[in-house]
Amino acid sequence: MSELEIRGLRVTFDGFTAVDGVDLDVAPGDLRFLIGPNGAGKTTLVDAVTGLVKAEGSAKFGGAELLGRPVHRIARSGIGRTFQTATVFEELTVLQNLDIAAGAGRSMWTMLRRRKDVPEAVAQAMETVGLTDLADSPAGTLAHGQKQWLEIGMLLVQDVKLLLLDEPVAGMSHDERQATGELLQRISEERTVVVIEHDMDFMRSFARSVSVLHAGKVLSEGTVAQVQADPKVQEVYLGHVEDTAVVQEA
Amino acid sequence: MTVILGQTFTGISIGAVLLLIALGLSLTFGQMNVINMAHGEFIMAGAYTTYVLQKSISSAGISLLVALPVAFLVSGVLGALLEWLLIRRLYLRPLDTLLVTWGVSLMLQQLARDIFGAPNVQTRAPDWLTGNIEIIGGDDPLTFANSRLFILGLAVAAVVALSLTLRLTPLGRRIRAVVQNRDLAEVSGISTSTVDRTAFFLGSGLAGVAGVALTLVGPIGPTMGTNVIIDAFLVIVVGGIGQLKGTVIVAFVLGVLQSVLEYSTTVSVAKVLVLVAIVAFLQWRPQGLYTLRTRSLV
Amino acid sequence: MNVLKGRSARAWAGFAGAAVVLFAIAPLALSDFRLGLLAKYLCTAMVAVGICLAWGRGGLLTLGQGVFFGLGGYAMAMHLKIADAGPGNLPDFMQLYGTATELPWWWKPFENPLFALAATVLLPMAVAALLGLFIFRRRVKGAYFAILSQALAAALAIWLVGQQATTGGTNGLTDIQGFFGYSLDDPVNQRLVYFVIAAALLLLMAIARQLINSRYGELLVAVRDSEERVRFLGYDPANVKLVAYVVAAGMAGLAGALFVPAVGIISPALIGIVPSIEFVIGAAVGGRASLVGAVLGAVAVAWAKTALSEEFPAAWTYFQGLLFIVALAFLPGGLASLAVLVRRRRKASPAQQTAAVPLGEAA
Repeated sequence: MSELEIRGLRVTFDGFTAVDGVDLDVAPGDLRFLIGPNGAGKTTLVDAVTGLVKAEGSAKFGGAELLGRPVHRIARSGIGRTFQTATVFEELTVLQNLDIAAGAGRSMWTMLRRRKDVPEAVAQAMETVGLTDLADSPAGTLAHGQKQWLEIGMLLVQDVKLLLLDEPVAGMSHDERQATGELLQRISEERTVVVIEHDMDFMRSFARSVSVLHAGKVLSEGTVAQVQADPKVQEVYLGHVEDTAVVQEA
Repeated sequence: MTVILGQTFTGISIGAVLLLIALGLSLTFGQMNVINMAHGEFIMAGAYTTYVLQKSISSAGISLLVALPVAFLVSGVLGALLEWLLIRRLYLRPLDTLLVTWGVSLMLQQLARDIFGAPNVQTRAPDWLTGNIEIIGGDDPLTFANSRLFILGLAVAAVVALSLTLRLTPLGRRIRAVVQNRDLAEVSGISTSTVDRTAFFLGSGLAGVAGVALTLVGPIGPTMGTNVIIDAFLVIVVGGIGQLKGTVIVAFVLGVLQSVLEYSTTVSVAKVLVLVAIVAFLQWRPQGLYTLRTRSLV
Repeated sequence: MNVLKGRSARAWAGFAGAAVVLFAIAPLALSDFRLGLLAKYLCTAMVAVGICLAWGRGGLLTLGQGVFFGLGGYAMAMHLKIADAGPGNLPDFMQLYGTATELPWWWKPFENPLFALAATVLLPMAVAALLGLFIFRRRVKGAYFAILSQALAAALAIWLVGQQATTGGTNGLTDIQGFFGYSLDDPVNQRLVYFVIAAALLLLMAIARQLINSRYGELLVAVRDSEERVRFLGYDPANVKLVAYVVAAGMAGLAGALFVPAVGIISPALIGIVPSIEFVIGAAVGGRASLVGAVLGAVAVAWAKTALSEEFPAAWTYFQGLLFIVALAFLPGGLASLAVLVRRRRKASPAQQTAAVPLGEAA
């Protein structure tokens, strides 16, 4: 299993610095939460690691440099992500979505033939995320939470070593959050998981470690208890009480 | 030396025509992301307006000057009508808009054929536009046709007017707000549908003005729009969307490029080479010369 | 899986039915003249098969299929002109306009029938691959792609017109007499050409159907609907689109090549902006995402054009414009979407919605 190793990562948009020299290490098997106020640079950090935006510095996974490589190459090296708004292929069925996610390494010959049966990994993933009954439904007809699970299922069949999840439980009910959290804990036993989240209760229940981002920099890092006790973190969150309220509701 | 200068001047005047044609598109395609293939027929409408006015006003000079605002109105109203009837139903389907407006363009061409006949017609240029200005005298003179100068002036005036409208007037601010964030503009109390229609009126009106200018350099006919529309769209594609300066620069650069290539090869080879140059340019800047950067996924 | 088997059986029945109509009923029922017209329409339908794949499934609005149709057509016509002229002689139009005393170098390879035949398909595919590589790699898409492909059609037509001495200019390559030794004046041989075209159409439809139903076909729809998302799954969408574009180009090339013996001419007027966009309208009216819809739509529109434009040219233009507007603004799934609606209504259990006709707007 490999480690995510970020050094001096900087992202600028037309003069505005969104990520300003972030160092971050996520060990294999970790379930790391990235938290921080809006605009702290959490999503941009994930964008940089997955190749969506250009960045300076270094981001290595398993020793291989990621920056500067095209998105699909980074994805093939075992890194998968989800988006704030669940992005699935709405016209295709659940089964087709998962089958596509499972197939980046397929040969030309396999691609040009019809899918005859359900691949083992896909069946397993459907079982894991509880969508087996909906296998032949178009993804566009799924409920919001189901789409987010489908996305996670797609990461599972993609067989990535590092999962970057952007607000995976936004808009989910309490029970759904609980189920998702438990799923993430199970997944993280064999993989490295990084979760961007605004929901503090969710973070407290499931995080193994936490990094707090603020204004493009890492403000604090450690276990949930360590981070909560950090005066700098209290300053950022308690200094803006209304922010905290918004954040907790989100 | 004179040859180079001469080709540059020819290029600038081709560029001025391109700019006038593309300017309206920079509003409807560039700002609103609507691909209106009937834009060429709005140009044609402007040209025929000039033709009709000259039939009723005998003085070529006065009819030309009257034609400018009238053509603006005629094409503008056509554009607003098109927006209201069809385009507003298709804002989420840009490629379908392209094909639907192509259908409109076919019908408008046929309408022109039915009203004015299939053969091309011509207008008389006023006396003060028939001469030449001598830029370099002597044995090897370099001249610039007055009509071309008039078009250049018209293009510059139209750019200035459009950019001032976008920058300084409340309407311009509303257009920019809708372009940047449609939903936010809507909840801020801007009627996006009114803004869309007004912007379409302005962009199509500019096509009418371009049509008036085209009567000075060529014949008027039902297919005149089709002949120029692709070049105009290429200007926007290369210039980048949402930015007037890209349109201006690219119109002149393509004009000069076309003129120089035509001089060193033939007209048809020049067309192909310009297209190759555009594809090559897009390798370097796939979003065009200038672009609005956003962090959204799509 | 029963659903799949059912679909497959229906497809076989469909192919068999189409074969009976094309190979038995049409040749018996139609006069030689009408059959010749049908051959021409079927060529349009072959282009529509490619458009269905690239546009309907892949979201690539190819407004320049005329280019590939033309490349295939010219490749075929060049060989036939050389063959018509006989060994050592120049094609007739070159003797008329040209000052050249021998074939231009780029005509020479087309003397070889095998080279010419291969070129009708491979040349369009090569051009599409080259252009697609440049365009898709740099993520030029949506309307930008449509406009560039249209500009390509305009440029090729203008270039051909400009090269009067070697391409026949505006007239194109006309008055083609023979087809690999068979005289095209003979009605029997014209029927032969019709059968070749009908067989080619069925073959292309079979290829397209296989592609659409394959895993690649599913991936293509995914790319159409969310290109970026596909990238994060480890695929390069540029390659996925390239395959559809190149295959569609090859199909248009074959259509152009077979159009030449059926009609006896290829010219810039058949491949420029207007014909290129006319190829699209047939597919749009029938249903861009449905193979059968696109083919029937193409044949119907081509037939309507012949029927209307000869007697009422003005009315035809209005009608064509109206077709664009109605089909795309109000019935974006084409007539095929009506058929799907009817079929759904008839089905007793509307709960199972497996037959969603995907119809996306990838811009």
